[in-house]
Amino acid sequence: MSSVRLRKEIKRRGKDPIGHIPEIILNNFTTRLGHSVGCMFAFLFPHNLQFIRREVATFHNQRDCIFFRLHRYIFKSEKKGGIQELGPRFTIKLRSLQKGTFDSKYGDYEWVHKLWEMDISRRKLHI
Amino acid sequence: MAAAGARWNHVWVGTETGILKGVNLQRKQAANFTAAGQPRREEAVSALCWGAGGETQILVGCADRTVRYFSTEEGRFQGQKHCPGGEGTFRGLAQVDGTLITCVESGIVRVWRDNDKEASSDPLLELSVGPGVCRMRQDPAHPHLIATGGKENALKVWDLQGSEEPVFRAKNVRNDWLDLRVPIWDQDIQFLPESQKLVTCTGYHQVRVYDPASPQRRPVLEATYGEYPLTAMTLTPGANSVIVGNTHGQLAEIDLRQGRLLGCLKGLAGSVRGLQCHPSKPLLASCGLDRVLRVHRIRNPRGLEHKVYLKSQLNCLLLSGRDNWEDEPQEPQEPKKAPLEDTETDELWASLEAAAKRKLPDLERTQGALQTRRRKKQRPGSTSP
Repeated sequence: MSSVRLRKEIKRRGKDPIGHIPEIILNNFTTRLGHSVGCMFAFLFPHNLQFIRREVATFHNQRDCIFFRLHRYIFKSEKKGGIQELGPRFTIKLRSLQKGTFDSKYGDYEWVHKLWEMDISRRKLHI
Repeated sequence: MAAAGARWNHVWVGTETGILKGVNLQRKQAANFTAAGQPRREEAVSALCWGAGGETQILVGCADRTVRYFSTEEGRFQGQKHCPGGEGTFRGLAQVDGTLITCVESGIVRVWRDNDKEASSDPLLELSVGPGVCRMRQDPAHPHLIATGGKENALKVWDLQGSEEPVFRAKNVRNDWLDLRVPIWDQDIQFLPESQKLVTCTGYHQVRVYDPASPQRRPVLEATYGEYPLTAMTLTPGANSVIVGNTHGQLAEIDLRQGRLLGCLKGLAGSVRGLQCHPSKPLLASCGLDRVLRVHRIRNPRGLEHKVYLKSQLNCLLLSGRDNWEDEPQEPQEPKKAPLEDTETDELWASLEAAAKRKLPDLERTQGALQTRRRKKQRPGSTSP
């Protein structure tokens, strides 16, 4: 995780996010691995289609870095809407994906980030 | 089409979803074979081995304790046999003299009569090997000898024609420098040809060589590699070294004479589940949880030859040991037509090269429909200045 901005550091932020379930936006998870990771992020939050509160969590993937933002949106008119940034923001990179529960010593890895093999070419992206 | 060409597949891979995939590396095609329609997790393939009669039949051991027979000549499943007894998935499958040997995780080894017409029959022989078995391997030189090993289950060699006691029972190494017992976790076993020796790789990243002919029951040689459990192992042609793979996707070649690391192979991103070397060519097939089948060349030069993305997690593989990897011609008509066309077009293009660039489009239009295919290919070569 890198570039962490906690709630108190964000300027002009909205009121605290009430513990309602946010909607999720997943952007740009195109590869097979990306799709699995995207689904995992979506399942972190309970699945509720009621859309009570207007809060949305966005996971945006760009060049193997995933950016997380939390916003609240309002509809000012029919065509215009506004957003207000709420929660913390951070950037995360996938290090490894394990099969089964977390066992760093004896677990089976489905995907492991290998620095000297995978990050050599700027064009080859994995997620 | 897939069924007809099944015999020419070079690698057969079993997946976690129960599908048997046949991959033809020459034509770069992969075909799925299922016994019944939908893939299911209950039928996850846990063991694969060649059946009787060369490489014409494959025995597929599934997680629901059935062994299915697959014919590579016909390209379809022929029958199945339910093998109950014990708990857990199959950890080893072998065939000898018309009988089928199965070993499950709870340590029950059974020898079954190999008539696949019957749904199930009583086993001919039953052995209890000890719980927590990770691998059962058959000696290719002496098919009635099998070796078993697992977690807290030391390496044992059994003679199926002999007594109920193991022929060789390995002893654990001495206590380590803190005077603590060294735990045992044999993940894979291989028999070394032309000797009685066995090699095992463990979950505590050790590679050990045992020699039943020597008076000591402890390992003759021990080497370590990496920090992660070694999950699969195979012998190289020449049999002086082994290639091991661990849960991080690292592949390494370890020399058995001195116990040192010869080199590594790059590419895998997930846990290595299956490894096999070709008996004569320097090729290694590897499959793992990252869903990709890779074929590496291990000598001159060391590198990746083929990479095939197969959509499910791969559990085990079988590499065809045949020498010629080219296909036999399927349809005799095609090869006759192709050389005729090529010679005609070659002559025509040779005569066109002398002409100026501006005149080329005119000449192309007058040639006729046969040349349109060639012209489309030439366009990226930029005939325009």
